[in-house]
Amino acid sequence: MANKTAVQATINGEDVEFLCEPHQSLLEVLRDVLRLTGTKEGCNNGNCGACNVILDGVLVNSCLVLGVEAQGKRITTIEGIAPPHGLHPLQQKFLEHAALQCGICTPGFIISAKALLDHNPHPSEHEVRHWLAGNLCRCTGYDKIVRAVLDAADVMAVEVSK
Amino acid sequence: MASVWIPSLLRDLTGGIVEFRVSGDTVNDLLNTLDERYPGLRARLCDKDAIRPNIALVIDGLRCQKGLRERVAANSEVHFVPAISGGNLNNKSDLCRMS
Amino acid sequence: METPVAEQAKATEVSVEERHYNIIGTRPIRHDGADKVTGKALYGADVRLNGMLYGKVLRSPHAHARILSIDVSRALALPGVKAVVTSADLATLDSVVSRVGEGAVNWRYLSNNILASDKVLYHGHAVAAVAATSLNAANEALNLIDVQYEPLPCVITAVQAMRPGAPILLQELRTNELGARGEIPTNIASHDQNMRGDLERGFAEAAVIVEREFTTGIVHQGYIEPHTATAVWGTDDQITIWTSTQGAHDARRQVAEVLQLPVSRIKVIPMEIGGGFGGKTVIYLEPVAALLSWKSGNRPVQVTMSRFEVFAGTGPTSSSVIKVKMGSASDGRITAAQVTMAYAAGAFPGSPVGGAMSVILNAYRMENVQIDGYDVVTNTPRVAAYRAPGGTNAAFASESVIDELACKLGIDPLEMRRINGAKEGDRRVDGPLIRRIGYLETVEKARASAHYQSPLPAPSTPGLKVGRGVASGWWGNWPGGTSSVSVIVNNDGTVNLIEGSTDIGGSRVAMAMQLAETLGLQAADIKPMVVDTDSVGYNDVTAGSRTTYSTGIAVHKAGLSIIQQMRERAAQLWDVESASVDYADGVISSKDNHIGFKELARKVGDGDGNVVASISISPNGDGVALATHIVDVEVDEETGKVQILRYTAVQDVGTAIHPAYVEGQIQGGAAQGIGWALNEEYVYDQQGRLLNGSLLDYRIPTALDLPMIEAVIVEVPNPTHPFGVRGVGEVPIVPPAGAVANAIANATGVRMTVLPMSPQHVLEALWTQGNERV
Repeated sequence: MANKTAVQATINGEDVEFLCEPHQSLLEVLRDVLRLTGTKEGCNNGNCGACNVILDGVLVNSCLVLGVEAQGKRITTIEGIAPPHGLHPLQQKFLEHAALQCGICTPGFIISAKALLDHNPHPSEHEVRHWLAGNLCRCTGYDKIVRAVLDAADVMAVEVSK
Repeated sequence: MASVWIPSLLRDLTGGIVEFRVSGDTVNDLLNTLDERYPGLRARLCDKDAIRPNIALVIDGLRCQKGLRERVAANSEVHFVPAISGGNLNNKSDLCRMS
Repeated sequence: METPVAEQAKATEVSVEERHYNIIGTRPIRHDGADKVTGKALYGADVRLNGMLYGKVLRSPHAHARILSIDVSRALALPGVKAVVTSADLATLDSVVSRVGEGAVNWRYLSNNILASDKVLYHGHAVAAVAATSLNAANEALNLIDVQYEPLPCVITAVQAMRPGAPILLQELRTNELGARGEIPTNIASHDQNMRGDLERGFAEAAVIVEREFTTGIVHQGYIEPHTATAVWGTDDQITIWTSTQGAHDARRQVAEVLQLPVSRIKVIPMEIGGGFGGKTVIYLEPVAALLSWKSGNRPVQVTMSRFEVFAGTGPTSSSVIKVKMGSASDGRITAAQVTMAYAAGAFPGSPVGGAMSVILNAYRMENVQIDGYDVVTNTPRVAAYRAPGGTNAAFASESVIDELACKLGIDPLEMRRINGAKEGDRRVDGPLIRRIGYLETVEKARASAHYQSPLPAPSTPGLKVGRGVASGWWGNWPGGTSSVSVIVNNDGTVNLIEGSTDIGGSRVAMAMQLAETLGLQAADIKPMVVDTDSVGYNDVTAGSRTTYSTGIAVHKAGLSIIQQMRERAAQLWDVESASVDYADGVISSKDNHIGFKELARKVGDGDGNVVASISISPNGDGVALATHIVDVEVDEETGKVQILRYTAVQDVGTAIHPAYVEGQIQGGAAQGIGWALNEEYVYDQQGRLLNGSLLDYRIPTALDLPMIEAVIVEVPNPTHPFGVRGVGEVPIVPPAGAVANAIANATGVRMTVLPMSPQHVLEALWTQGNERV
């Protein structure tokens, strides 16, 4: 039986400490150890994006990161996207545009879109599609998702310029 | 009298006739009447007290749920259409148990 | 005297001219939206219970084999393992077929599919399951289960399975021909037929005849959420199951049957579901989790499939072989059509060949037609419903042939559809007279669309070929089943709407809107919730595009009951006869008084009880809906790659309750159809093992593969529904493969007869100049 490692990380702005076994992925840690079930498992081998989180500013598939690799890192999950009250513009626009149907891929898309807009605040449609190609959705055909992200980008640009 | 349309695989039983005008209040009545003239016809469409699960009952263009108990009007058209999918019938069929 | 059938149809007759809606047709935010965009919504695999164990399933490495023995002793000895189950823990069920959902289920076969008994019938067939204190221990335990197999030869396609001398999967199987049972062991489970008119005369009248044979591969629904079930077998023998399902009551019934228990011992709690498309109307893990719970000493057990297990162990849809011969007069009228189709059901009978037999020609009028359909078992996973089951394959075949006829005659392909298109009063190919439909309206809207009116774009790179194709699609929808709802008026005038129809795409907001419309309230005044099997009456699955229709009828009826009760309460309040009290737009009034719904609700309750309604209905209905799609493609003849440039989907939806979610259904269905058309198929090796059971190698469309999809809503209201609703979810997956094939033909001159039209298959077709296949 493997020994557990103590890991310290900052998740959604809060310092946390957890125990995990060497083989456990960050996805498993988030969902089963920390009970942050907003991040989803769709394939467990880096092909669907449902497990996306932001790790030290970089978009990653948490199923491809080991729990022990989170040591000393800053992690953002879907639970950390909304402000204390209300919704993030991305979340709001997803709702307004009906950019979700079953919703299982939505956390991954919102994390992924946030990572895009964090470093490219004015993406074109093609840039949005290219960036989101790592997030699979089976319900929507992506049309309304792309519209929601472009609309959120406009709103966020206005807020920045205020 | 309602009209009952015979699925093509059963037309050898009816001598090739496709459509029958039959009197009766329910689908059960219609099939019993037809079976008197063409023995074995009812058994092809039904298993004891129910229409076989791989057959959909369509009356006047409406998908009907009550099976043999479904009532018909004087000028209704009754069709037996393949259901989307059927299991395989080996021994016996069983009414949908909604408990 | 009118029959109940006719009476009901009349009672809900809707006149188009009279329609004016306040809520229907608007786009309110869905009630469950905030939870879904913040990660708070709980899906099946998010369930966390104290002392929960993790379950994993051992699956067959062989496509076809006898199970000689199973030894679980080493697995049980592993620290952390609390239980192991095999089919020995399941009762042996009779081979009995029942109507379940839209089709039929053989209970013994369902049980055998959940845990194999004496044979494994496909690579991935479940053989045993373990529960352990960690996922890692559970996975390790699987390696310690010793199964002795005797491998057998396998058949993967319907053609292989139908050959004389093919290995037989099920020794007791005989061909069923509409109640007549064949004599010899076979893999052909059934043969059915639609026929009318005189084929010979019809073909003799034809100026042009086209005959083609089409082959389509196995495709999976591809929902992003793997199957999952959590079960507690209580010490009081009450079983509680949390699962992501398209129908909690249906799942409960299936679990009860497989475990041979009364349904009252089982409660199914539907969690939010991450996609279904028909694939989550069948149970796989629920009885396994329950048995593991019982065997581990009543501990909670959660079993979740891996992505590979989803592909290898759950129902995809059928591969198929479809022959179409069609003749047309010189003016474009189809004079005769003959179709033979064989659909592979997987390990147990039950392919959607019946659905295919309806789809293939039901969009059109013709007198002389014969369709023969065969259901065939194969050593592949037992199929489950996938969005208009049987339809995409069928329309790929028929829409390609109709297009080829049009081309040979020099008739515009949409004009060809208009000439032959079915309308109200025509007789459907599969028999019944057609009630009100809006097919020709979709053809006309497609023709008038900006897409169709615009010239083909130039290729993005010189040398690439651009083409345009159209195709239509029909689906009957399932305008029935049973729906039950409860409605409670709260003291502040908001209204609880308690449903059992699981929400797979936003249906709870559509139910709330229909109730709001009925009562004259706002959508936000309604609180829809989906509850467990103990808390609401029976609801058939959310499938077959039945929910907005059937549950909508129940909701409307409940609303009418609420209205009647509010009128009576106002009558008591004003001391008048309730017959003199009117209700309109949420205002209750009589000659001298009026009061708003919310105000009246506040007055209700003191000594008079609440205003509540409970409705359960099984409507007879009609939900037929059709669509016409247009696609522009660009083909690279050097690589075989096909890119979708532009896509327009025109669909008759009856009435769009929430247009954004209707558009979403159209776009999503079209996207799945495009994936089916261009990329998706199961790839097997010579031993019948699945090679591409991952989302990398089973390639579903990404955001980069698709353009914006223009969804054009046509509304020809359905008279059998109070608001004119037709099912919308399934029709859009029917036309795309045919449309893309026709676009490729327009671009390159080559007719594709294989799905998917992947680069490899396109190149093969180009190189053989017309895709002559042996």
